[in-house]
This record gives sequence, structure tokens and C-alpha cells, in this order.
Amino acid sequence: MSEAPELRDPKVVAALVGEIAATAAPMDRQVVLMEVCGTHTHAVAGAGLRAMLPEGVRLISGPGCPVCVTPVDYLDRALALADLPDTTVCTFGDLMRVPSSLSSLERAHAEGSPIEIVYSPRDALDLARANPARRVIFLGVGFETTAPTIAAAIAEAEAAGVDNFLILPGNKVMPPPMRSLVEDQELKVDGFLLPGHVSVLTGWECFRFLAEDYRVPGAVVGFSPADIMRGVADLLHQVADGRAEISNLYSRVVSSEGNPVAADLVARFFEPVATVWRGFGEIPGSGLGLRPDFAHRDAGLIDVELPPPHEPTGCACGDVLRGVIDPPECPLFAVACRPDSPVGACMVSSEGTCAAWYRHERLTGTGR
Amino acid sequence: MRKKTPQRLLLGHGSGGRLTHELVEGTFLPALNNPILASLTDAAVLPELPPGRPALTTDGFVVDPPVFPGGNLGELSVCGTVNDLAVAGARPLWLTWGLILEEGADGELIAACADGTASAAAEAGVQIVAGDTKVVPRGKGDRIYAVTAGLGVVPPGREISDARIEAGDVVIASGPLGDHGATIMAARHRLDAGALQSDCAPLNGLIESVFAAGIDIHSMHDPTRGGVLTVCNEVAERSGKRLILSETEIPVRPQVRAVCEVLGLEVLGLACEGRVLAWVPGEQAEAALEAFRNHPQGAEAAIFARVEDTAEGAVPVVMETEVGSTRPLDMLSGTDLPRIC
Repeated sequence: MSEAPELRDPKVVAALVGEIAATAAPMDRQVVLMEVCGTHTHAVAGAGLRAMLPEGVRLISGPGCPVCVTPVDYLDRALALADLPDTTVCTFGDLMRVPSSLSSLERAHAEGSPIEIVYSPRDALDLARANPARRVIFLGVGFETTAPTIAAAIAEAEAAGVDNFLILPGNKVMPPPMRSLVEDQELKVDGFLLPGHVSVLTGWECFRFLAEDYRVPGAVVGFSPADIMRGVADLLHQVADGRAEISNLYSRVVSSEGNPVAADLVARFFEPVATVWRGFGEIPGSGLGLRPDFAHRDAGLIDVELPPPHEPTGCACGDVLRGVIDPPECPLFAVACRPDSPVGACMVSSEGTCAAWYRHERLTGTGR
Repeated sequence: MRKKTPQRLLLGHGSGGRLTHELVEGTFLPALNNPILASLTDAAVLPELPPGRPALTTDGFVVDPPVFPGGNLGELSVCGTVNDLAVAGARPLWLTWGLILEEGADGELIAACADGTASAAAEAGVQIVAGDTKVVPRGKGDRIYAVTAGLGVVPPGREISDARIEAGDVVIASGPLGDHGATIMAARHRLDAGALQSDCAPLNGLIESVFAAGIDIHSMHDPTRGGVLTVCNEVAERSGKRLILSETEIPVRPQVRAVCEVLGLEVLGLACEGRVLAWVPGEQAEAALEAFRNHPQGAEAAIFARVEDTAEGAVPVVMETEVGSTRPLDMLSGTDLPRIC
């Protein structure tokens, strides 16, 4: 990796931990910070950062794992599409093991459904080209980061006239659920670690409303241990000083306005729509739907019969995704719900909060 | 010299008739030739075993792609089998080699795998003494699969067992971890991984040289499927001891980290096909490391973990992270690496 070595230097991290402890010590209450990016969840757990924070600082995970926030009826629809004649469904691997109402893509695949794991929408497009007699449907999930690659594949399909390449739109955008989080009465978030990768695309300006409308500070940070701890320190200083600003601590790759080429590409094919987030319900403007001009590529418009949506009993993924509880507070955690037999989506992806806790923080008693 | 290799495999090449005969005579015997195999009898009748306890292993090989930077399925089948014997403390002697080929498979691929098998067997000092060839209809297999058995002997007085692992032992990796798994995944996804190639190699020479240096190896494992994560968790469970890994000491090439980053894989879950993890007494730590490094295959060996007594409720395998924190290490769940060996 080309990352600067000081970003992983234990001395740099130790100094930041000291700064965090010194800032938190005089505060008379616990400060709750939330990261809203699955890669941050993974990085925090992987380096054991939560265990390094003082008692007075609680770092919780938000809805940053795209697989986890994908509602069950999206999977039901994907499975129904895979049952149609001459149809192949292509998906990112993460989605395979997420339980649907009655099954999962993984189980359907084992039963013979034509479901293919791909690493990019481009692979699905190649499959469509190679199989002109089949309809190839790509399950378009993810946040702002995957949308441009999906848009690029559609652009290529349009230009080359690959008519059998379709998308089941499921992409989401980050700012609207964050508005829901700061308006949530049950939850008190004092500051946000803002998603670095998303911000590369969107720029950091789109998070300004947090500070301006709600007086909640935010820090855009990268993914090394020092990046994340620097973000925590920045947010604590802001809370201690009574400030609310959006700090860009990832300026080596994040600008204020983001990547306009990618944004234009996405806007050519997609438009904001209301969409359902697991744990949040429907949030206006939080999804990306295909524009009517590209209805011929919208697999969501294909009429299929769906089972009544069924969320697993007892699963607290919704509360975990909103940061209301930590995974061990879910009665199913590490008992009925484990990475090899996930009940809820948060236990599936390595970016899922429950999976990260199970793998890295179970038994250590960290994170409170 | 190879007399004749078919351009494409036909169902008839597995029928037991003339085409099978031609395939064996024209492709396999010239590569693998030795007197026991050349007798083409129903069973290989072997010389008497040297003193010690016989060790027997079996393995199947379905790697996709079958030819990859640093090796092919044939080489892999010998290395995998030899290494399973070697990490049990056995000296490998004889292997069987059964092939399941797909109708329409490229004859040159089959010949290349036979050559790989021959060269790996020569390097390991073992003989392929029995073989079998079946051809399945197109679409019922994927070009070439191999199934092996391997027979070796654990010399008298040698005891390799997880039960011998003690608190104070250190764990040595014979070289950088994950090269094979990362190479396969990069090849499968057409990623440019630079000069990265599989670590596929027989380990018996290296291991014997460490024994010869007087190192009292307590236990050994080759981190194939499931990688270091699986080996460490299984060993912790079987030995009843705790393992503490040091993230900064784990030898991993930057290209391997990069492949993992791009494909979202766990570095320590990647397979190796030419690396051994050895548990050695703490007082022999430096001598053991030197013994490994004195062999060309162990030049990049490193001590990356230590063994402690476990306590009630303690996490069995723990990583000290590079920034000075700790986290538990669990086995991989499910599969994001189908068919890597």
C-alpha cells in the first residue's frame, strides 16, 4: 500500500489516544460518536481501536454496511427474478448469505438457481454479452461508491446495444439516513466519523447540514488507525469546545465538491427515490432509482410474485444499525446468530457491525 | 520423450481401451517414468518400508485456474500431498495420482500438469507409483482434477503432535504467508499482481534440514485451506493453549496485502502451498529460526507468535495489533475462496 507509514505508527496512535483521554477526562458525561461507514467498522475492529478509547468515549456503528441495510424484500425480488426463465442474476458476494424471507441467494444457488458472484457490474455486462439469449440482472446495491461503476456499465451497455443487461436498483445515498439519525429522539450522537470513500465521490459539503442544521460535528476521515483516532480526537475537541463543524481530515483524497465526472455519470442514469433501509424504514430521497428513459434496464419493473416479507424473529439488526444497541445486547448475538449461520444481515458481511464484533471484539469486553 | 499427446481429451481416453492406453503411454509414462509405475500392474508392489511408523494421506485438487503463476495443478497435487506427510514428521516416499479429466480438455494442459507432477516429485524425492485416468462428459467437470494418496514413514523417535505444544513455545512461519491464495485470486480476477507467484513447493527438504539441525519441533502444520486463521484456531483448541500473534511480525508481501485489499479478502485466511508453521521450544527459538533461514526455502522465515497457558474464558487466539491493541482471531466463516487448492 502506498499509505504513509506514520498512519500505522503505534507511537502516533498512542499520542492520539493520550490526547483523546486528556480531552475526555474533564467532561462530566459520556460522549457518543458514530461511524457510518462499513470500512470504518471493519478498520476499528481490525486494529482493536475501541479497546484503546477511554471510558468516557463510546464509539458506535451506524448504517454503513450496504448489505446490512438492504431490506428483505429486495432479496425476495432478486430470488424471484432468478426463477424466471432464461435469466441469470449477478451479485456481489456479500449479498449471497443474507437471509431473505424464505431462503437466501446462497441456498437458491445450491438448489440450482442461476446466480453468479461477480466482483464488478462490468463482469455482469460481460456475461450478458457472452449470453445474448439470456437476461442478465445485476443486483445494484451499495452506496455512492458503487453507483458510478454501475452507471458506467449501463453507459457501456447503452453504447454497445447490449439489451439483455438489466439492473435491480438498490443503491442508497448516505446523507438522508444521517438526518434521520440526528433527529432520532432515542439516540444521542455527539459527533460523526464521516465516510472517507463516499466523500471522495460526493465531497464533504453534503454533510454540512449536520453542523449547520443540527449543531452536530463531523469529521471526514480515512481508514488507517491514526486517521480514525485523529477523527475521534477532533470530534472530542469540538464537543468540549461546544463547536459544530465539518472537519475534512482526509484532504489527501477528499475535496469539498467531490468527483463531478462520477456525479454526472450517476445523474445521467439515476435519480433520487424514496427507499427502505433495514432498521429505519422508508427514507425520502435516500435511494437511487433508474430514470424512466432507462426503464428497459430496470429489473424492478418486471412483474414477479413475492412472498410476504418476513424479518427473522428476535433479530435486532434494526436497533444495531441505528446505533441504539451494541451487538451483544441482541439476544440472538453469538447464540442463534453467528457468521456461519447468520439470522440478520449485520452478521453476514465482514463490514457488518455484528460480524465485526463477533470476529474481533467478542469476549474481550470492549466497546461496552 | 513424450511420444504423443492428444489435442483434445475424448470420452474414449477414459474408456480403458486403446485411447486410454495411448494417453498413458504417450503422456503420463514419459513424464513420470519409474520402474514401479512402468510395470502397469493392477497394484504397485512396493519395497519394504524403512524403520518407523507409516504415515498415509489423501488429497483432492480442483484448483481454478489449473495453471497459475508459479505452478500448475500437477505440481500442486504433489506438493500438497508431500507437505501433508512432511508436517506430520514423515519422510514421504510414494504417491498415487488419479486424474478426472473433462471431455474436451486441452491435451497440452494435461501434459503440462503431468510435467509439473514429475518435476515436483523429483524435487521432493518421491515416486508416483500408481495412477488412474477417468474422463467425464463435458460440463460434468472442470478440465482437470487430481486425487492423490501419499505414503511416508515417521522415523523412530520423532513425535510431532499438538499435544506436545507448551507455554513458552514460539511459532515460526517458513516464509511470507498467502502467496498462493493471493496468486490464485488475482489470476481468477485478472488482477495484475506484478511478480507475485504461488509458493507451491515441497517442504520435506526444508523440514528435514531443521530436524538435522537438532531442533525439537513440537508440532507443525501447513496452512492450506483456511490459512493461518484456521490452523491457529485448530491448534489452540487441540492443544488447550493460547496463541498470541504479533501483527507486525507476520510475514506478508505487500502485493498479497494489495490483492486482499482489492478483493476484500482476509490475509490470514489465504492458503499457502509451500509454507510450514512450526511450534518450537522457546529456548530453541533463535536456533530454529536460523535453521529455517539456512535452507533456501526458509530464507524469509519469521517468528510471529508465542504460546501461553490459557485461562478460564480467555480468547484462544489473539492478535496484538500493529497499533498496540489486541483483538481475537477467529476462523473464517462460510467461503469467499472457493476452490483454491
